[in-house]
Amino acid sequence: MSDLALPTAAAPRAEARPGRLNPYLVGAGIGVLSWVVFVVVAAPIGITTAGSQIAGGVAALAVGQEAVNANAYWARHPMRLDYGTLFLIGTFFGALASSLLNRSFRFETVPAVWRERFGGSVPLRFAVAFLGGAIAMFGARLANGCTSGNGISQGLQLAVVGWVFLAAMFASGVATAWLLFRKS
Amino acid sequence: MFPLTGTNALILAPVFGFAFGWLLQRGRVTSYDVIVNQLRLRDFTVLKIMLTAIIVGGIGVLFLTDAGLARWAIRDANMGGAILGGLLFGVGMVLYGYCPGTGFAAIGTGSVHAAVGAGGMIAGAIAYAYAFDWLRANVLSWWNLGRVTLADVTGIPMLALYAGLAAFAVAFFWWLETREARAR
Repeated sequence: MSDLALPTAAAPRAEARPGRLNPYLVGAGIGVLSWVVFVVVAAPIGITTAGSQIAGGVAALAVGQEAVNANAYWARHPMRLDYGTLFLIGTFFGALASSLLNRSFRFETVPAVWRERFGGSVPLRFAVAFLGGAIAMFGARLANGCTSGNGISQGLQLAVVGWVFLAAMFASGVATAWLLFRKS
Repeated sequence: MFPLTGTNALILAPVFGFAFGWLLQRGRVTSYDVIVNQLRLRDFTVLKIMLTAIIVGGIGVLFLTDAGLARWAIRDANMGGAILGGLLFGVGMVLYGYCPGTGFAAIGTGSVHAAVGAGGMIAGAIAYAYAFDWLRANVLSWWNLGRVTLADVTGIPMLALYAGLAAFAVAFFWWLETREARAR
């Protein structure tokens, strides 16, 4: 990975913001997409249920399918190519197509804000991203949903679980960001 | 006719996912910098998108359910899970720089560290599945309000809550946009 070439390529592009759409318009678009999925498939937008099913498939490679089947959690969420998993795959391709089309696709190993605070070490960034992904997923499963499934899909129904999750997530996110990025 | 089930729903799943990923990319929330700067309270793109999606989506779903075209899909307000999960999720989101949905979308835009973090998400989901029996007995059994909305717990009608939320959002974003325009 050409680590040194990235910041110079990244800096001016971040300013130019290629392909950016008004955030209110994007939010309204997600809102309208919610209308459609509520009516057409009765399946609110969500990500992490599918993620944990995929994890069951990965775990089966290591410990065998029988051990996974015996697990109380995976017994409820068996690995299969269902609606949620296909939605997740679609999300990846949607972002890929969009970023190719507006020419903002680029390989990024260390993002600018991280680099400014913690330097350009790729192993450090990867290790923290892995740890962060693991903590976020564990939390999302505990809360029975992530920013999409709980925050947006439950939040838009004014469900108590969605708003409690949003409040807890923003409070802890802002506190963590302050601890990590404050000027020492 | 609706909701579609079986193969028809499965065919549409990647289409809806594609639209979601497309919108996330156009809204720039597939960028680590944008998400972390939201939690540093320096860039409010994430909040603009989420609140707009909640208000537009929510008011639409309210009318669609009233018209009998859609059904509410409210989940249990399991307070132990939502609070503890939300707090963990906020920490993970800062370290990873994405939530699960924007993370999977970001892989499509070339973010290599988002892909590494997705590996972490799989690990986190596996850890959760193994901790599930203990969590179910000790955390998830603690305080469950059932499938309640903010309207149920406050006694305020749904439409009034949406109107209040919309009024707050307009005032807050008006103030924010004026401030951001002055800073530019």
